Amino acid sequence: MMPDLGKYADTVLSAYAVSLVLIAALVALSIWRARRVRSDLEKVELRGKRS
Amino acid sequence: MKALLWRDLALAVRAGGGFGLGLSFFLIVTVMVPFSVGPETARLSVIAPGILWLGALLACLLSLDRIFALDFEDGSLDLLATAPLPLEGIVTVKALAHWLTSALPLVIAAPALGVFLNLPGPGFIWLFLSLLIGTPALSVIGSFGAALTVGLKRGGLLLSLLVLPLYVPTLIFGAEVARRGAEGLAVETPLLMLAGISAGALALLPFASAAVLRVNLR
Amino acid sequence: MSLWEYANPVRFIRLTDRLLPPVAVGALVCLVIGLIWGFFFTPDDYRQGSTVKIIYLHVPAALMAINAWLMMLVASLIWIVRRHHVSALAARAAAPVGATMTVIALATGAIWGQPMWGTWWAWDPRLTSFLILFLFYLGYMALWEAIENDDTAADLTSILCLVGSVFALLSRYAVNFWNQGLHQGASLSLDKEENVADVFYLPLLVCIAGFVLLFVALVFLRTQTEIRARRMRALIARERLA
Repeated sequence: MMPDLGKYADTVLSAYAVSLVLIAALVALSIWRARRVRSDLEKVELRGKRS
Repeated sequence: MKALLWRDLALAVRAGGGFGLGLSFFLIVTVMVPFSVGPETARLSVIAPGILWLGALLACLLSLDRIFALDFEDGSLDLLATAPLPLEGIVTVKALAHWLTSALPLVIAAPALGVFLNLPGPGFIWLFLSLLIGTPALSVIGSFGAALTVGLKRGGLLLSLLVLPLYVPTLIFGAEVARRGAEGLAVETPLLMLAGISAGALALLPFASAAVLRVNLR
Repeated sequence: MSLWEYANPVRFIRLTDRLLPPVAVGALVCLVIGLIWGFFFTPDDYRQGSTVKIIYLHVPAALMAINAWLMMLVASLIWIVRRHHVSALAARAAAPVGATMTVIALATGAIWGQPMWGTWWAWDPRLTSFLILFLFYLGYMALWEAIENDDTAADLTSILCLVGSVFALLSRYAVNFWNQGLHQGASLSLDKEENVADVFYLPLLVCIAGFVLLFVALVFLRTQTEIRARRMRALIARERLA
């Protein structure tokens, strides 16, 4: 399954690893912050309605 | 406008700081260079134009936050903004005052410091000229950065982060003029580009700085 | 009904809530297909060996790094001219995405350059201007973080974005000039699309589409987050006043 990357295997694999990790981190961070802000906002809005 | 210029100059002279600090910083940076790269004169003379340009640029940066900060704190900037003078004019005068008090001494001192770094003979005049033409751009760009960060408590570090990338083209062409001059090559192209950047920055950036100041004074 | 309808934050959130799933799925599908196609089913280049596979990450990331800044420029202009808050917040939301793309482009470039040019880094014009672009992203994001008042921050950053664009362009040409001055005739730059063969070109296109969709999805999501965070700050401020 794994293609033969020859002598540059480390190069190619590390480039893919670095990029995918960065993209994954960006996506995860965006989603995490979106969730947190959304729930915080709901809390604040509820608090506003009650009082 | 003239009155404002005289006021700023008088303040800068009386407060001391500005003049002396920038100049001493420039001197110290230049003196530290041989310690870090070694005392061989041949190597020093190769890097001299670049080091002197970078030193002057950093020394210029040092005094930028003073352009608006003091006037902002004591409220005279609000008065100036409501004065009949257009804010663009005030910004230009402020940048000019900064140039006269901070950058011009550096320009004059640079050839003297060139001796320390064994700057080649023909390099002196080109170093002086390139700094003379390039530093107004540094002052004007710097006043834009200072206007952006004027209301912030710890604006100094942010100011450097904002202004240094904007300094890149000026530094490239300025140092290129000085380097080519020192090596006896043709300097026309970078010199013209440098003058173009200075003129362009001088003509357009005050509008941006004034717009930014208006936002900050809101 | 016009485009400006979506300048209303509520409308914008409703629209992007509907658009986000298909765009995100599209991004995922394109990226998976493009990267797997590129990684497993393309031949090696006769000069670069298997390192040619890095192109599927490097070129799209570089493209998006520049386009993200362009999008921020347009959004900043819209904010200055029409004062739509969503626009300013979208510019803010795009900046970290653009900065990450710049880092990916630089990192993959460096990793590729190590065996190909024999060096991680060269002061080639293209590389240098990307580094400068990254510095601009950093300054822009730092200014957003530093200012407390949202409207002031939006105004100042959008002006910085305009001025920065001019200077980024200037730097691009200055760097071009500077490097020619240093090494005459030494060209290190990777030959771009012109001579990329079809086998590499098609998966590359899919990857580019994937990156574009990913960028759009992230900007939608992050803009929503910014809108909500802003609303929350406003509500809390109102509570304190009450």
